[in-house]
Amino acid sequence: MGLEEVLVDTVFGTTVDKAVNWARKNSLWPMPFGTACCAIEMMAAFCSRYDLARFGAERMSFSPRQADLMLVAGTITHKMVPVLMRIYRQMTEPKWVLAMGACASSGGLFNTYSVLQGIDRVLPVDVYVPGCPPRPEGLIYGIMQVQQKIEQDKIAHHVTP
Amino acid sequence: MEDNLTLKKLKEKFPDYVLDAGEFRDQVYVYVDKRGVLEVLNFLRDDAQLNYDFLTDLTAVDNLGKEPRFEMVYNLYSIKYRHRFRVKVSLAEDESIPSSVEVWKTADWHEREVFDMFGINFEGHPDLRRIMMPDDYPGHPLRKDFPLQGPEDVDYEEMMKKHLKSD
Ligand code: SF4
Repeated sequence: MGLEEVLVDTVFGTTVDKAVNWARKNSLWPMPFGTACCAIEMMAAFCSRYDLARFGAERMSFSPRQADLMLVAGTITHKMVPVLMRIYRQMTEPKWVLAMGACASSGGLFNTYSVLQGIDRVLPVDVYVPGCPPRPEGLIYGIMQVQQKIEQDKIAHHVTP
Repeated sequence: MEDNLTLKKLKEKFPDYVLDAGEFRDQVYVYVDKRGVLEVLNFLRDDAQLNYDFLTDLTAVDNLGKEPRFEMVYNLYSIKYRHRFRVKVSLAEDESIPSSVEVWKTADWHEREVFDMFGINFEGHPDLRRIMMPDDYPGHPLRKDFPLQGPEDVDYEEMMKKHLKSD
């Protein structure tokens, strides 16, 4: 029995929800999984001009153990799938996935034998950012969508009946 | 084509192995019998006047519908004399060919690529494994009868189970 089971639907519970969500959404540490050209735009989004740190993504977390948000930016080949899945599994809960660009969302222009046709075949994707590549503004918008999603999260959702 | 030194020498030295020759935009090529391919390649590399010491590329062509189906292509270059030459070998399906790793070391990875993409077997290759596709990939993607978008039903669940066993 966890804390959340006691707290569900109490006034105190909803307040805790708010506090926890506020903290989570403003400290999203991204795990950059950049495999192709989209990664360049992702780096641009992290640099001073666009400065993702403003949204709490203080630094890229190259260790999956210390990351909340997986940014899949680029083409995922079949050979890369086991790596992708392993890194996702290594991230601690709670975690979110953002598919950046056409390749990560659907395979993009690489409709071929070697490319995974969208990472949603193997991972639960929260937000898709279209574009080839999306501009940094697009990525920032996508991250803000993730933040909105987190905001609506409830502890009750995580209770296993 | 007639005044090509390499071709002249090859015809003199290996009348049995040289099956056909031709020219495309000043580039001369020769079809060689599979049995003599290593001898011919060794000769091209070692002959003092030819000295093809650099294998620029080694690849294959799939002529689906024709017999024999495959064609091996060796693109040679001599750094000393700055001339080029192309050797081709016809192969039927399921036919293997002697590995040329002992002639040029660089053939190692090229032959692995041809094996991966076309499924052509190289006898005597020191380490014939796939080089690009995952080890458990079904089929050889550059064959003309391989579906362009790959096999339809890749089972990611199975894949996940297999690869994440150790986690
Ligand atoms: S979506 Fe376009 S820019 Fe992004 S990785 Fe694919 S090809 Fe490159």
